Amino acid sequence: MKTTLKSKTKKVEISTEGPFTIIGEKINPTGRKKLAAALQEGNLDYVRDLAKKQIEAGADVLDVNVGMAGTDDVDYLPGIVKMLVEEFDIPLCLDSPNPKALAAALPLVQGRALVNSVNGEEKSLEAVLPIVKEFGVPVIGLAIGDGGISNDPQKRLAAAGKIIERAGKLGIPIEDIIIDPLVMTVGADSNAGLVTLTTIELVCKEFGVNINLGASNVSFGLPERDVINQAFLALAIGAGATCAITDPMKYSLTIKATDLLRGRDSYGAKYLKFYRAHAPEKTA
Amino acid sequence: MSEALLNAMAQSIVDGDSDAAANAARQAVEAGMDPLEAITKGYMAGVNEVGDSYACGNVFLPELVMAGEAMKAAIAVLEPELKKRGTSRETLGKVVLATVEGDIHEIGKSLVGTMLTAAGFEVYDLGVNVPAETIIAKAEEVGADIVGLSALLTTTMIRQKEVIEAMDRKGLRKRTRVIVGGAPVTRDWAQRIEADGYSEDAVGAVGVARALMNG
Repeated sequence: MKTTLKSKTKKVEISTEGPFTIIGEKINPTGRKKLAAALQEGNLDYVRDLAKKQIEAGADVLDVNVGMAGTDDVDYLPGIVKMLVEEFDIPLCLDSPNPKALAAALPLVQGRALVNSVNGEEKSLEAVLPIVKEFGVPVIGLAIGDGGISNDPQKRLAAAGKIIERAGKLGIPIEDIIIDPLVMTVGADSNAGLVTLTTIELVCKEFGVNINLGASNVSFGLPERDVINQAFLALAIGAGATCAITDPMKYSLTIKATDLLRGRDSYGAKYLKFYRAHAPEKTA
Repeated sequence: MSEALLNAMAQSIVDGDSDAAANAARQAVEAGMDPLEAITKGYMAGVNEVGDSYACGNVFLPELVMAGEAMKAAIAVLEPELKKRGTSRETLGKVVLATVEGDIHEIGKSLVGTMLTAAGFEVYDLGVNVPAETIIAKAEEVGADIVGLSALLTTTMIRQKEVIEAMDRKGLRKRTRVIVGGAPVTRDWAQRIEADGYSEDAVGAVGVARALMNG
């Protein structure tokens, strides 16, 4: 199964057969006060810098989130997308629950962006899927049903199935649905990791679709978060996850190593290329 | 004897040992110890210690959750005894707690609930994804002193403002104060939406709530 994203000249395939796809998470003002301030001042230099750094660090796609308290995504998303499309040749993932913001930003994308996200609740399905259909783009579907987030992998599977089915009715093909199994915090519930891993396996088996992770949440409230995140990434990739919205500066090498260990990197070429490109920084 | 038992109570919370906490509570009941004293002088000392250690980064989230479970186990044993004596726990105030509509994040809000309960507040935790009307109706029903609103998404923070505005319209703000929290919530935001209190974490929330009751 392949989900195709495009920028001006480049194509990225999120694939159940190929290497893992890294979606850079950094363009998101939640918890980043400097970015929030820069966005509100209309200063795009900070976003430009984050885009550049993430691409250098191995991001295949850039997530773009402009959600800030008391502001409307529709006022910010189009401007930032326009700048990113003009200055960078990398596919985008438009991260907004606001259909108006998505509808305003999608026409500015020269290529094929990913929409993040829809979930299995009626309200969300009705608001987001028509836009996804109109622009012919893929979408991330969060495994949340009408009852909210469940701890039961079967229920998460059912929510995923509902999204795929409803998208299908609108004529959105299954390869354009990427399921997010949801990652909760192991600190609060030590079974949370297992629930996600089981959901990944179930969704893989049932639908064979691409699977996205928001992987940094899992380690909240624990020491050495990076170690937990790395272990979790490897386990989730092993279970069938195919892309993640994550920090390329921290996790690209772990992800490349996992690809190599799964036989998806002939002669370790990608791992070594990445190592050489970044090794001098490490020893400096 | 009672000194040793109070220490054991505190330690059971620090260790997050529900069995030990419940055992100590049973011993207290058998020995005729005032259950209020067991809570305030015994278990609460442990809760405070765990809370401080968490704030310093020496204790981690799963340990805080375990301490909360141990506290619940102790209260479950002591509650019938409290009722029998006709003394309900002296409450510092009534708090209605919820994660706002559209937001399903639970941990932070529940931790605040645990800490406030442990500190002696009477907490009504309405759960996650709670509409403004439900929160306000509960606050009116129980005569809440404080309403606590959690929001973990930049897209749902605005609901905190909406709840506050709705409470304003109903003239509830004189009687009921509002505290807000959640990862994207800042002191600046709290001031902007005219909340009465803000804390970065669950431990801080207890201090904020206490200050509001005294203020």
